[in-house]
Amino acid sequence: MTSNSAPARPPVTHKIDVIVQRDRQIGWMLTIPALLLLIAVFAYPIGLAVWQSFITKNLGTELQPQFSGIQNYIRMAQDGRFWQSLWNSVVFTTLSIIIEFLLGLGIALVLNQAFRGRNIVRTIAILPWALPTALIALAWTWIFNDQFGVVNDLLLRLRIIDSGINWLGNPTLAMVAVIIADVWKTTPFISILLLAGLQSIPDDLYEAHRIDGANAWQSFWQITLPLLLPQVVIALVFRFAQAFGIFDLIAVMTGGGPGGATEMVSLYIYSTVMRYLDFGYGSALVVVTFLLLVLAVAIAAYLLSRVRGSAQATDAR
Amino acid sequence: MTRTDPTPTIAPSETQQAMLELRHLNKTFSPSVVPVKDLSLSVKRGEFLTLLGPSGCGKSTVLRMIAGLEQPTKGQVLIQGEDVTHKPPGDRNISMVFQSYALYPHMTVADNIASALKLRKIPEEEVRQRLREVSHFLGLEALMERKPSKLSGGQRQRVAVARALVRRPSVFLLDEPLSNLDALLRENVRAELKQLFESQQAPVVYVTHDQTEAMTLSTKVAVLNDGNLQQLDAPHQIYAEPANQFVAGFVGSPQMNFLTLPCEAGAARLGDRSFPLPPPLSHARQVILGIRPEHVRRAQPGDTYTFEGKIFLVENLGMHYLVSVHIQATQQTTYTLRLLLPSDATWEGDSLQIALPPETIHWFDAETGSAVRQ
Ligand SMILES: Nc1ncnc2c1ncn2[C@@H]1O[C@H](COP(=O)(O)OP(=O)(O)OP(=O)(O)O)[C@@H](O)[C@H]1O
Ligand SMILES: [Mg+2]
Repeated sequence: MTSNSAPARPPVTHKIDVIVQRDRQIGWMLTIPALLLLIAVFAYPIGLAVWQSFITKNLGTELQPQFSGIQNYIRMAQDGRFWQSLWNSVVFTTLSIIIEFLLGLGIALVLNQAFRGRNIVRTIAILPWALPTALIALAWTWIFNDQFGVVNDLLLRLRIIDSGINWLGNPTLAMVAVIIADVWKTTPFISILLLAGLQSIPDDLYEAHRIDGANAWQSFWQITLPLLLPQVVIALVFRFAQAFGIFDLIAVMTGGGPGGATEMVSLYIYSTVMRYLDFGYGSALVVVTFLLLVLAVAIAAYLLSRVRGSAQATDAR
Repeated sequence: MTRTDPTPTIAPSETQQAMLELRHLNKTFSPSVVPVKDLSLSVKRGEFLTLLGPSGCGKSTVLRMIAGLEQPTKGQVLIQGEDVTHKPPGDRNISMVFQSYALYPHMTVADNIASALKLRKIPEEEVRQRLREVSHFLGLEALMERKPSKLSGGQRQRVAVARALVRRPSVFLLDEPLSNLDALLRENVRAELKQLFESQQAPVVYVTHDQTEAMTLSTKVAVLNDGNLQQLDAPHQIYAEPANQFVAGFVGSPQMNFLTLPCEAGAARLGDRSFPLPPPLSHARQVILGIRPEHVRRAQPGDTYTFEGKIFLVENLGMHYLVSVHIQATQQTTYTLRLLLPSDATWEGDSLQIALPPETIHWFDAETGSAVRQ
């Protein structure tokens, strides 16, 4: 082939070559089972929820479905308990993710330094994450117990307080307590994820930056954070989805109390469907929560793609 | 190529001053890992010093101590007469090209090059000016907005060099900057580097295990082995007058022939010939004869030291044949010798009359390995 080609250029062929075509066919064949599974476990329940949300089916209708249009959604807009639980979820998610992220990053930075016994410390650090949440929740319930709890005992001994605090009985303190428990459990997840990212940053970048005249603080902002961005995004998205759907920890520690102060959306939906047997309204709650989650992730993804567009951290070597 | 910025005129006294000086440098990682034992040397303005040695001999460690990335166990590093042993890398006014190039993957080429200037709070106008100069100088103009991942190996190498040049440092440090390039590109870039650093005033310390790079680029070569300086000389001297058997064997390709010969009465015997030895070796019982393959030739009438060689291997190197022969010295001892013959050479059978010109022979003390000159 020559670049200064003759005037009569060969016709562009649209035929895909055989190898590519065969690869595609095999690709489809291999993904179809997984796609079917995805449809069965995701698309079907969501579709069902959307359908049921336009139906009234509760004890009032003797559990017979009656089409009621957007009645459930109108009811939701006026349902103070729903908005309260949504607000609780937002507060819980935001605070616990921010704290977990900062702590997890700090721990990852420490674990990334070479020191004696690092491997043992690393293993111990992920233990909380490996334990079952229900057990942890029980343990924290006892830790915050107003009469026998460790927290009150410590505070009393240090003479910071002079009578036991009823942690789980006070609306604000109950929220603080569940956030502390959640942070304790999931910080290791973030730190291990970020540690993997930190370890993939080559040392010579830091050395080159030091020779360029950077101090540790500047290297953190100009090298570590931008190159850690992919892991940060993954950690935050995962944690956002998990924290927004938190159920077991809250159910065991406070059951949503006191007086609904820690009732998250997931708990409210659970009660609506399983306790009040209000299937139609429960489905409407699911649909709205689902759409809000999708919206939040989409906004986050959009913002991050813009950040990463200007500071892409990828395969440079 | 010319320098675009006017260099200040240098007073004669300043020319003499060592830009970089190492005094009794030692690095001990652990009692058994001592890659640098006791190294002293100095580099003046305009010099190009190469640290040459086999893998693991401590070349990078020396460079990293100069850069301040590694703290010497003992000894001092002086830059422009100032003791910088305990200064952080950023305060030493050196720049370094890493073997991996260590380009910041998330920054554009321009930001990579400008990083040091920005960290030093150099005014933006000057940063832009210097970026323009250096990118023009190295032909990087079209690449300035790209990320390193979108560059070829040769282009990345250039960016790494640009990042070093833009600093206008007191000393340039380069750690095997060519080893990630393919053979052909390496030759081109080597020639470019030579021109480029000849146009700079600041001295260069260049680490390599490639003797061709060392010979072609340097004004001075320091051969390192076992944590010690084996020889510090101009490249042609390293080749012509190696200080010891290690240097003689390490520099030059194909490798120098070494024959351990018995001696008596101040002469070394090889078969029925005897070579008079230089006086310091007159009482030795054994001695090592060294001769480069390119200096062994076919015997001509009038040659004194001629031998019959039995050919057992012929390798075609393109420009030459590398011929390996056995020399039967006595009933029990045979010696192996390799010689280069021109590609148009012909011979019959497997026997070759060869001559060892005495003026090309190197003598080494069999015990210490040091060279003994005539
Ligand atoms: N941080 C370290 N801790 C312990 N030993 C080290 C360390 N850095 C280097 N060494 C050892 O010091 C010796 C010299 O290493 P160095 O990297 O200086 O070799 P080099 O001459 O540059 O080799 P190469 O040509 O392979 O790059 C090696 O034996 C190496 O294992
Ligand atoms: Mg090295």
